[in-house]
Amino acid sequence: MVSFSAVAKRYPGGQEALKEVSFSLEPGELAFLTGRSGAGKSTLLKLIAAIERPSAGSVVVNGQNVGALKRSAIPYLRRNIGLVFQDQKLLYDRTVFENVMLPLAFSAHPPKEAAGRARAALDKVGLLNKEKANPITLSGGEQQRLAIARAVVNRPSIIVADEPTANLDAESAARILDIFVEFNQVGVTVLVATHDLALVARYGKRVLRLESGRIA
Amino acid sequence: MRAWLRHHRIAFADALRRISLLNALVIGVALALPAGGYALLDSLRPASARLALEPRISLFLEPQLKRADAEALGKRLRADRRIGTVRFVTREEALKEMSSVQGMAEVIAALGRNPLPDAYVVTSKEEIAGELAKLPGVAHVQADAVWARRLAAAAAVVELAIALLSAVLGAALVAVTFNTIRLQILTRRDEIEVAKLIGATDAFIGRPFYYVGLLQGLVGGAVALALVAAALALLNREVGALAQSYGSAFRFGFLDLDEALAVLGAAALLGWAGARLSVGRHLRAIEPA
Repeated sequence: MVSFSAVAKRYPGGQEALKEVSFSLEPGELAFLTGRSGAGKSTLLKLIAAIERPSAGSVVVNGQNVGALKRSAIPYLRRNIGLVFQDQKLLYDRTVFENVMLPLAFSAHPPKEAAGRARAALDKVGLLNKEKANPITLSGGEQQRLAIARAVVNRPSIIVADEPTANLDAESAARILDIFVEFNQVGVTVLVATHDLALVARYGKRVLRLESGRIA
Repeated sequence: MRAWLRHHRIAFADALRRISLLNALVIGVALALPAGGYALLDSLRPASARLALEPRISLFLEPQLKRADAEALGKRLRADRRIGTVRFVTREEALKEMSSVQGMAEVIAALGRNPLPDAYVVTSKEEIAGELAKLPGVAHVQADAVWARRLAAAAAVVELAIALLSAVLGAALVAVTFNTIRLQILTRRDEIEVAKLIGATDAFIGRPFYYVGLLQGLVGGAVALALVAAALALLNREVGALAQSYGSAFRFGFLDLDEALAVLGAAALLGWAGARLSVGRHLRAIEPA
């Protein structure tokens, strides 16, 4: 599903975020990506969604070599990847419901079906009663759940989350991870980056530990 | 196909909310200048075109010339292949024609006798006025070819000036649209970044902006036509009074339907081009990081 082989990433200026990373995620697998701040977790996730390109090695997602992907093909890759960020990247000039509708705007779903999907996604993260609210009025945990609803509304085969539980209390953080586990149980491949080792330990899933640019 | 149409409808509705009426007004004022100039020139064109195509030469005959000699001269003129039409105007006819002009009747009555000579009016595309003046019995030749040519040349200069003005103001239209779209893209940076992250294509993100450019140009074109129509209506009130005093019904005409449509089409096209340039340049610069 996702496979890295000997991937290196150097940023302009010589900073080497990843030195040599090789791993692969099987379809339907859930794994945690851990490591200290600055270990390269975010860079690794960005490579999956073609937000960054590898300097060396190959990143293969859904059978596509992401590093060699044409610019025009990138949107179609991303439609199959649900991205969740630490800063949720929500749009605060529209409602919770409209935020979830965004990815459906350019899909071919008829409006009624799209609205149904959006409500189903909101229901899954427990925000159906807040669909008319402005995201700014939501708590941190609720905003993160909204970001997840937006990421999954198009039913991607992969979910990639970057520190989704940062800045959240333990209870909210556990709820977020529970949601990821639920999606994983219906067959979605999930990769969650977090530095919260205690939380990770509770789930007993595969852990990829990044240390100075390599998988340790 | 239905999804495609829906996407366009949504982008169109989005663009309608975002067009700047002030910018459309600026575009309208800019386009009104060449469009109005063209309308004025077009109204004057029939007169100058006819003169330039068929310059007339008037041959005034010697007052004492006998009718028979005049007729012989006429025969000679008709035989000349360089001459198109030949019309004999007797002095009586000329007087009658002149009397019909406003205010001239009194002048002629005061003269007491007919001061006008017989004349031939011929048309020719060639410069034969000098030659015709030497014919026996011809007292004086007046060719309007010279001033017809001058008028045509002046019209050509004005036409070129209008074309240059159109080009400059068309470029201004593109620039205005370019900047409008640039600002809109910058203010919607967050939204565009999110759209790219969730897999929107550049075409999808750019579509509303194309419509903004197109609609803004179209509204600008309509404003220009309205301004021209209003200006011509005002002008015609005064021109009508002036022309009537000369016994003429001359009015400045509004642009023909196809010309008006051309103004709208060009404005919309240039607006779209400005938007396209701007989107191509500024949308690429926004990438999620």
